[in-house]
Amino acid sequence: MKFVFEKRKSTSVPALILVPLISFAVSLVLTALLLAVFGADPFKTYAAMAVGAFGTSHGFAETLVKAIPLMMTGLGVAIAFRLKFWNIGAEGQLTLGGVAAAGVALFMEHYFPGRSLLFAALFGGLIAGALWAGIPAILKTALKVDETLVTLMMNYIAILYSEFLYYGPWRDPKGYGFPGSRMFSANAWLPRIMGRAHVGIWVGIALAVILWLVLRRTRWGFELQIIGASQKAARYQGIAVERNIILAVMLSGALCGLAGAFEITGISHRLQQGLSIGYGYTAIIVAWMSQLNPLAVPFVAIALAGLSVGGDQVQMVMGLPAAMGVVMQGLILFPMLAGSLFTEYRLLIVKPEPRAACPEPSQE
Amino acid sequence: MDETVIPKVEMRGISKSFPGVLANDCIDLMLHKSEVLALLGENGAGKSTLMNILCGLYRPDKGEIYINGSYADIHSPRDAQKYGIGMVHQNFKLVDSMSVLENIILGLQNEPFMPDFKRVRQRLVDLAAQYHLKVDPNANIWQLSVGEQQRVEILKLLYRNAEILILDEPTAVLTPQESHELSRIVHAMKQEGKSAVFITHKMEEVMEFSDRVMVLRKGKVVAEAHTADTTPKELARMMVGREVLFQIEKKPFSPGDVVLELSNIDALGDRGLLALNNVSLQLRAGEILGIAGVAGNGQRELAEVVTGLRRSTKGVLRIGNKDMTNKSPLEIIRQGVAHIPQDRSSVGAVGDLSVASNLAMKQYRSRPLAAGIFLLPKRIVDFARSLIEKFRIATPSPQTQVKFLSGGNIQKTILAREIGAARTVMVAVYPSRGLDVGATEIVRRQLIDQRDRGLGVLFFSEDLDELLQVSDRIAVLFEGKIMGIFDADKADIEQIGMLMAGMSKEASA
Repeated sequence: MKFVFEKRKSTSVPALILVPLISFAVSLVLTALLLAVFGADPFKTYAAMAVGAFGTSHGFAETLVKAIPLMMTGLGVAIAFRLKFWNIGAEGQLTLGGVAAAGVALFMEHYFPGRSLLFAALFGGLIAGALWAGIPAILKTALKVDETLVTLMMNYIAILYSEFLYYGPWRDPKGYGFPGSRMFSANAWLPRIMGRAHVGIWVGIALAVILWLVLRRTRWGFELQIIGASQKAARYQGIAVERNIILAVMLSGALCGLAGAFEITGISHRLQQGLSIGYGYTAIIVAWMSQLNPLAVPFVAIALAGLSVGGDQVQMVMGLPAAMGVVMQGLILFPMLAGSLFTEYRLLIVKPEPRAACPEPSQE
Repeated sequence: MDETVIPKVEMRGISKSFPGVLANDCIDLMLHKSEVLALLGENGAGKSTLMNILCGLYRPDKGEIYINGSYADIHSPRDAQKYGIGMVHQNFKLVDSMSVLENIILGLQNEPFMPDFKRVRQRLVDLAAQYHLKVDPNANIWQLSVGEQQRVEILKLLYRNAEILILDEPTAVLTPQESHELSRIVHAMKQEGKSAVFITHKMEEVMEFSDRVMVLRKGKVVAEAHTADTTPKELARMMVGREVLFQIEKKPFSPGDVVLELSNIDALGDRGLLALNNVSLQLRAGEILGIAGVAGNGQRELAEVVTGLRRSTKGVLRIGNKDMTNKSPLEIIRQGVAHIPQDRSSVGAVGDLSVASNLAMKQYRSRPLAAGIFLLPKRIVDFARSLIEKFRIATPSPQTQVKFLSGGNIQKTILAREIGAARTVMVAVYPSRGLDVGATEIVRRQLIDQRDRGLGVLFFSEDLDELLQVSDRIAVLFEGKIMGIFDADKADIEQIGMLMAGMSKEASA
């Protein structure tokens, strides 16, 4: 008997649903083993995680707080990745979006009276993210500069620039030396729906649906699909490859920038340390686990956010080492990623056929 | 059959399946010393699979291989090499930036860490003389013509003392003269006691090269014969399983207005060297202008300039009555120019997308497939279904990814889409290359139908017989220059061959 992997000719819907579930079960078993080594009861730990992340209104609100930026950046990264543009600059685009939103909210109150300040701030964040992402996109299309390096290095520029601002010129003079800008007017605060969770969650979900529609049902989406599959083929079909890559990557940056603007206007209400805590990198995981499908992004983002919030709970409730939460996140991700093999391939069991199945040639 | 002689190679009951296809079904093959066996069959008949098994690239699901009468367990090309088996693949496995010499010893096990190039060169020169393989050992591969590169591949095998040479469609890339040269080389190898398997789907080559012929169809052996006892017509019938029309019906030539005109066009190739040199030609409605030439003499660049994919550095391109010099591909598509590109799997079609998407790629921009910015998926599928039926594209469904189709069906998909978009000019670059007889017939028929519909067809082919059959006029391209333009019915194949090799009329006279 032999096992053979065969590439699926079409994606199987049951596999698409079952494989992640089974992978998740495998993760739980693996993690249980690890927990047992540390003397913790796996069931209690899982219960603590689940309750911590989803069981209480405070916990659930915190899960959503983390899910919103993951969702937005995850969508942004997914769009760029669909074009095989490896934008790992979501973190920088998010940071700069936050900086721009804070800038508008702090210094442009005159121009944008009342609630319009909020929209101006969000718009500022969106534009900043788009422009920041536009730079590597133009470098890539015009000069073939590798986008992975550029987007990565531009993260440091954006993050350090934001630090410069809140340590330097934007620092709150009444802030007792605390690194951060002053709090801006409540006119620029994003409405909250539950705890610290804000309306950004609805925006994120709506954008996921809209993006899916754009990608699957519009001419532009079709063009992006062709570009993603083969740039040569796209050019041959008369599609303006460079322009579309720049546009799509700017859209990617815009979503990440908006994520930053949400963080500023929805959570901190000022520019301060803690804006960049790695959402833009986790976004890469979100995008891949969603198989670059925008509709899957909200679910994956909420699941990962829950894992992170629940992991924090494990430290506090179960008294496990602080690193345990992160280790558990890793252990859960691994089988999920490995499992994706089974959505693209299927395992066949080949029985050895008896030899001499060939018909005897007629004797000449 | 003579049972006393132990065959050089014996393959017994070889079966190999790939997802969804039985590529080889209980194939028995025998190859004797000093024998050239032609393996004839359409694309997908299983010829290459069988030979990839012999040279260790694939493992058979079933069956055994015996070399010189004893069982041979071949797991890798290295194993095959030990048994004296070597293969020249369709796509050469050479390192472009290295010299001939370096390529020859690349991967050799018994060479010392610092190879003794003097000794290698001497042996190479000897071998080259022995087998009439003219190659400069110090030249870099990228400087060589395709024919020379093929000789390097053969030398590589001879250097490794291969006794059994497998040549996978070796003439596909050669000029008629180079093919004759190859035939001499093969003959010399036979004289030295070496054996060869020659994969092909061209009857004339079976006749020219082989001693014995084995015909495969759908993974099975359908016939075996001594070449001398058979005829091309008979072989073709066995290969396809029915009678084949070698002649195509064509309406008389009645050209209309000029639809495409190139005046003194220059263009650079990918390496920045001049690839088109002062090209001028006219194509009329209702005409097929064949472009003859050995691959790499500016064909791709010419097609790309006409379709807007490559900038010309000099000259004027007119389509219809409009100056379209260096206009974008989209603007040229809007003039009704369709293009069957040379590279069908990565340019012409997108393997990861569905058949329906591929069929819609030229017409998704407007009604009936789109309304404003939105696509109409139902209409796209209906559109695809009608084309699949009309062009008899064999696909499980319109949603199947194109990469799962056979080469012929991929080409039919491209053809269906491009014909739908063609209103003035059809540029077809090697449209029948690598296709089986059936698909080739369809492609040629369609090109002629487009001509009869009043389109101008710019038809690139490496197959002179095909060019003569299909075209109304033939232009010969050599090193980016038009060497001459002839009426197809008056053309002299020898003269065209000479021009393809860069020899002018005066020199050949």
